[in-house]
Amino acid sequence: MDQNVENHGRLEKLEGIGCSRKRREDPRFIQGKGNYVDDIKLPGMLFAVMVRSPYAHAKIKSIDTSKAKAYPGVHAVLTADDLKPLKLHWMPTLAGDVQAVLADGYVSFQNQEVAFVVADDRYVAADAAELVEVDYEELPAVVDPFKALLPDAPVIRPDLDGKSVGAHGARKHHNHIFNWQIGDKDKTDRAFTDAEVTVKQDMHYPRVHPCPLETCGSLASYDAIRGDLTVWITSQAPHVVRTVVGLLSSIPESKIRIISPDIGGGFGNKVGVYPGYVCSIVASIVLGRPVKWIESRSENLTTTAFARDYWMTGELAADRNGKIKALRVNVTADHGAFDACADPTKWPAGMFHVCTGSYDIPNAHVSVDGVYTNKFPGGVAYRCSFRVTEAVYLVERMIDVLAQKLNIDKAEIRKRNFIKYEQFPYLTPLGLEFDSGNYLPALEKVLEAVDYTALRAEQAQKRADPNCPTLMGIGITTFTEIVGAGPSKSCDILGIGMFDSCEIRVHPDGSAIARMGTISQGQGHQTTYAQIIASESGIAASQIAVEEGDTSTAPYGLGTYGSRSTPVAGAAVARASRKIREKARKIAAHLLEVAPDDLEFDLDQFKVKGDPSKAKTMKEIAWAAYNNVPEGMEMGLEAVDYYDPPNFTFPFGAYLCVVDVNKKTGETKVRRFYALDDCGTRINPMIIEGQIHGGLTEGFAVAMGQELPYDEQGNVLGGTLMDYFLPTSVETPHWETDFTVTPSPHHPIGAKGVAESPHVGSIPCFSSAMVDAFAHLGTTHFNMPYNSYRVWQHAQSLGL
Amino acid sequence: MSKKTIVSFKLNGTATDVMVEPRELLIHTLREKLSITGPHIGCETSHCGTCTVDLDGISVKSCTVLTVQCEGAEMLTIEGFAKGGVLHPLQEAFTQEHGLQCGYCTPGMITRAYRLLQENPSPTEEEIRFWMAGNLCRCTGYQNIVKAIQYAAAKMRGESVTSSHPLMAEISA
Ligand code: FES
Ligand code: FES
Repeated sequence: MDQNVENHGRLEKLEGIGCSRKRREDPRFIQGKGNYVDDIKLPGMLFAVMVRSPYAHAKIKSIDTSKAKAYPGVHAVLTADDLKPLKLHWMPTLAGDVQAVLADGYVSFQNQEVAFVVADDRYVAADAAELVEVDYEELPAVVDPFKALLPDAPVIRPDLDGKSVGAHGARKHHNHIFNWQIGDKDKTDRAFTDAEVTVKQDMHYPRVHPCPLETCGSLASYDAIRGDLTVWITSQAPHVVRTVVGLLSSIPESKIRIISPDIGGGFGNKVGVYPGYVCSIVASIVLGRPVKWIESRSENLTTTAFARDYWMTGELAADRNGKIKALRVNVTADHGAFDACADPTKWPAGMFHVCTGSYDIPNAHVSVDGVYTNKFPGGVAYRCSFRVTEAVYLVERMIDVLAQKLNIDKAEIRKRNFIKYEQFPYLTPLGLEFDSGNYLPALEKVLEAVDYTALRAEQAQKRADPNCPTLMGIGITTFTEIVGAGPSKSCDILGIGMFDSCEIRVHPDGSAIARMGTISQGQGHQTTYAQIIASESGIAASQIAVEEGDTSTAPYGLGTYGSRSTPVAGAAVARASRKIREKARKIAAHLLEVAPDDLEFDLDQFKVKGDPSKAKTMKEIAWAAYNNVPEGMEMGLEAVDYYDPPNFTFPFGAYLCVVDVNKKTGETKVRRFYALDDCGTRINPMIIEGQIHGGLTEGFAVAMGQELPYDEQGNVLGGTLMDYFLPTSVETPHWETDFTVTPSPHHPIGAKGVAESPHVGSIPCFSSAMVDAFAHLGTTHFNMPYNSYRVWQHAQSLGL
Repeated sequence: MSKKTIVSFKLNGTATDVMVEPRELLIHTLREKLSITGPHIGCETSHCGTCTVDLDGISVKSCTVLTVQCEGAEMLTIEGFAKGGVLHPLQEAFTQEHGLQCGYCTPGMITRAYRLLQENPSPTEEEIRFWMAGNLCRCTGYQNIVKAIQYAAAKMRGESVTSSHPLMAEISA
């Protein structure tokens, strides 16, 4: 008993893995002392504004900057002609394409960057931007990827004229980017020919935007005397930015310092390198003064990295009992005017091939065609790992469609097709090896928690009552995600393997500093990484400072997106901590005059086996590391680890949603949403719950209202917060969360990553529920977003 | 550029004079001229609420107020909440209930919640959600923000409060 109390106390002090430790980043944020890019002020700093094209497709006949340059307070106006001598008017994208930094003779999407005005402050810069005169000759625009592939479609990228091979193989049309296929086509086609039942469904995953509350921006400061370039930037991947800036500018990386300060949300929007960043750097080099560029909200929504815009056709072949035999998928992917997708180099459709989901499907084939349109570039993960949201959406929708065709309950058909616990590690027909999963108990736990039988009974009653004003829909998803990119044998960005890193230094007083190659945008890394170190090395979390985001101090890492921080950097943190612990063991053995193997590690100390009165705490060992180490050992106590994961991790979950739809108005209320997540080992339950609430809310936003539509002229119709749906506290449903724990067998602490599952898993769950509301009337699918107007239209089309 | 004027107001209890153009927005004056960078800019179109400050006893979105309109005003921003190193109950509550993630919306949220609790010391969940609808958050899903406001309300009413996230809950379980 006493021993337990004592241990409990020590555990509590340690604040290790499994504790709901309060966040270390909070004190600055709750007192208004966060340090976001736009908060930083440097002596002599100038402010820049981008001049953008009003047209989606046009030739630029001339640009006259003379009036703008003459405006008092203006320091420079850059156009493509100014960047040409530096060869900076085009830049490489992460997808192997190029993108115009400032328009080079033509524009190919609305709001494309044309000129960059640098002035004393933001008011003067905005005034002067109005004075830049651009003479355009408007050209016909194409915003529909199917029309873009017609023989006589306008040429969107004259710079690619005659190039029949792109970064990902042959191009079959002047607006075609790539065709990517995976899986065994013949076997899959045969399974379809032989099948007892087949279903087919077209679906559109609309163009949406991650829309973090802070827009993108940069502050570049070039010191001409020292030759040093420092850039504060809203980047989820500062080290990669440094490499890109080095490549573009020919400044050695040792002279470039990229700092991602506090970031006001990323969700994938802040992975790429944007023209504004490059222009602020050039302007600072040219003018010798710090130059800040901060996007407006509309610029953010209409020019920086959208997500999705996938036109998908799914097909399933099955037997009469609903056992799936094959999956076939064809996708037309709208990538906009430049292919700036943020995917690992070899994967032009990201990890879309996770689309066989949680199901034991023997045959599958996927084909994706990337297409240029006159829309802004991007194609990033919006709170998901590289096209996983699209993949999960597809398979979860398809299994529902199959269930409906066979008149089998949606929960039941899933149970019949789940990959079984004993089948892990499970090799999918598309070549992925799922690390671990236990799907059936997760689904059963959810069904029981919500009393699924009672819900179905209530629904049947409502359907039978012609006077019932509402349609009740029940949605289910049982998804598997793929995160933690990734093994460097298959994943790289610009040729750099997707490892991540951690460096820990223990000081003489037993406190420590740890630095990683990732960067938090709200995930709470400063809190959770310290918990891993605490559990693994015995140093109390409160004694550990965690730093990230400064390329001059942090070890190289690939950054934070695709839920990769915990699976990749988290593993590096654990392994570096273990290196510390093992060195500490040797020092303790030396101090206690025993062999290292005679010691056992106990929370925060090493004890002599069989004689627990003889012990050395980590604090004592840290002190000794600087004055009394065994002979032949180096002084100090520090460790570095670069972790190249052997595989991805595969978090999963089971979600259930109940909606009530007003038949007459289309208004929809989410009555209940129950989310069970399994992210393996849980580091901080409080933070996990917060991440899940956030992901579910973003999923709700996508399903129920977000879309960036275009008119035929290529005008983007969702470019302000007036038009683009961000749910408020009033619309946002109440979330119920739950969990199971199935650790990853290959991760040092068994953790899988969590922040994106709720987004990936909830969107098809909302669709499942919305379709279910109309299922008895023959609806098998209708496209998102389910705003009242669209739902009302659907109800009308059914004669309701 | 037009002629500048001097505007005087009380900012977090301190008399403040600042020289601005008539067109200058309050959020820019605060952030660029007065080093008050707690209120943020998320839209400049009155939608997001990150720029919320308390002006003469009402919440305003400072991206939609001209600084020259503030002559003689009393203004409270997030920087004025903690007193003598002691956090305001709302600040404590946001940490205890995990009502923030990236922190970008937080100063505006707390400032708005402060006004709510001034007007209504015991709001229901529905009232809280209604009052906070002008402040967007992309990270938290609002549920923990609601809990934080309830926590602060209880504390300000003198009731005893504890975090709904006990440190060792899962370990002890
Ligand atoms: S910046 Fe003022 S409401 Fe968004
Ligand atoms: S905490 Fe990130 S926007 Fe609210």
